[in-house]
Amino acid sequence: MSTPRLAACLVALCACAAGAAEIPLAERRSSYELLKPETKAMQDEDTSNPGMLSVLEGQALWAAKAGAANVACADCHGDATVSMKGVAARHPAFDATRREPVNLEGRISICRSERQEAPALAFESRELLALSAYVARQSRGLPIESKDERLKPFIEKGRALFLERQGQLNLACAQCHEDNWGKSLAGIPMPQAHPTGYPLYRLEWQALGSLQRRLRNCMIGMRAEPYAYGASEYVALETYLVWRARGMPMESPAVRP
Amino acid sequence: MTRALINVPAKAKRGQIIAIKTLISHTMETGFRYTTTGERKPRNIIHTFVATYNGEEIFRAEFYPAMSANPFLTFHTVATESGTIAFHWTGDNGFSATEQAKITVE
Repeated sequence: MSTPRLAACLVALCACAAGAAEIPLAERRSSYELLKPETKAMQDEDTSNPGMLSVLEGQALWAAKAGAANVACADCHGDATVSMKGVAARHPAFDATRREPVNLEGRISICRSERQEAPALAFESRELLALSAYVARQSRGLPIESKDERLKPFIEKGRALFLERQGQLNLACAQCHEDNWGKSLAGIPMPQAHPTGYPLYRLEWQALGSLQRRLRNCMIGMRAEPYAYGASEYVALETYLVWRARGMPMESPAVRP
Repeated sequence: MTRALINVPAKAKRGQIIAIKTLISHTMETGFRYTTTGERKPRNIIHTFVATYNGEEIFRAEFYPAMSANPFLTFHTVATESGTIAFHWTGDNGFSATEQAKITVE
């Protein structure tokens, strides 16, 4: 076999090996399906879903004027139930001026500093989570979208991080969430890691948290050093995970153990 | 600001047993935790919950530091007459919240 042909064969083999690890589209499951019936019931009903308390708070913040510009989100965007429909389902989205993807929390922060001219909200602060929960709630039931071609390099970067072994335990995200999903880890079934319900209410946290908080949790579990909130690595991972979950329906705000 | 979610059926038949669900936002700080600088975080919990049906007490609960944040309560009562079911939570640091729901009994 000539060298170029051998190289072509090797490339084809490698491509197959990389593709094989990924969960086939039809076999993807939301971690909702692994929940106990009581936790499912908690998520399903708006009056028992504790994430809805943050949605209510976000609704009030949406209408509240803030910053030097003294404008509310509602002054530009109007009724969120109309204008924000499907917005969370297509984030992280590519930001043309920054030339990188921006997640929902990032988008809200940009709007806040540039349009409202208000002081930035801290990552994982009650207000930022409430606003993102309110916006994400408007996408419930809609399919997750990741179609923008400009996201490609960031999806690849996120995929590389997902497959990379890290931390003292020398684990990669994919080892749990692709090779061993459904098996038990410390008594809890391991999910496939599809970010369908963020920001979500985690019973362990007794609070609402973002996808980055969840990623941070996993990294600490692997004895790896977590990135700082807002780091480009996190956004790349989010971009990859959202692409990986494309087409799955949004559940925000979800409830998880 | 305190936010609460209440689930009371809007309509019920006389004598029917109805389920009532309440959820309120509260951190429920136990008083057993410390800050990173070693100071004890003072206890801050809801300690009493009372539900009244047209002014008459139908349910009461006492909460302790082991209760989760954002406590969720569900209980049952018999739909006797149309009127208002009111809920009142009281807690540390003068915490007080009231919500009410209307019910029509046929």
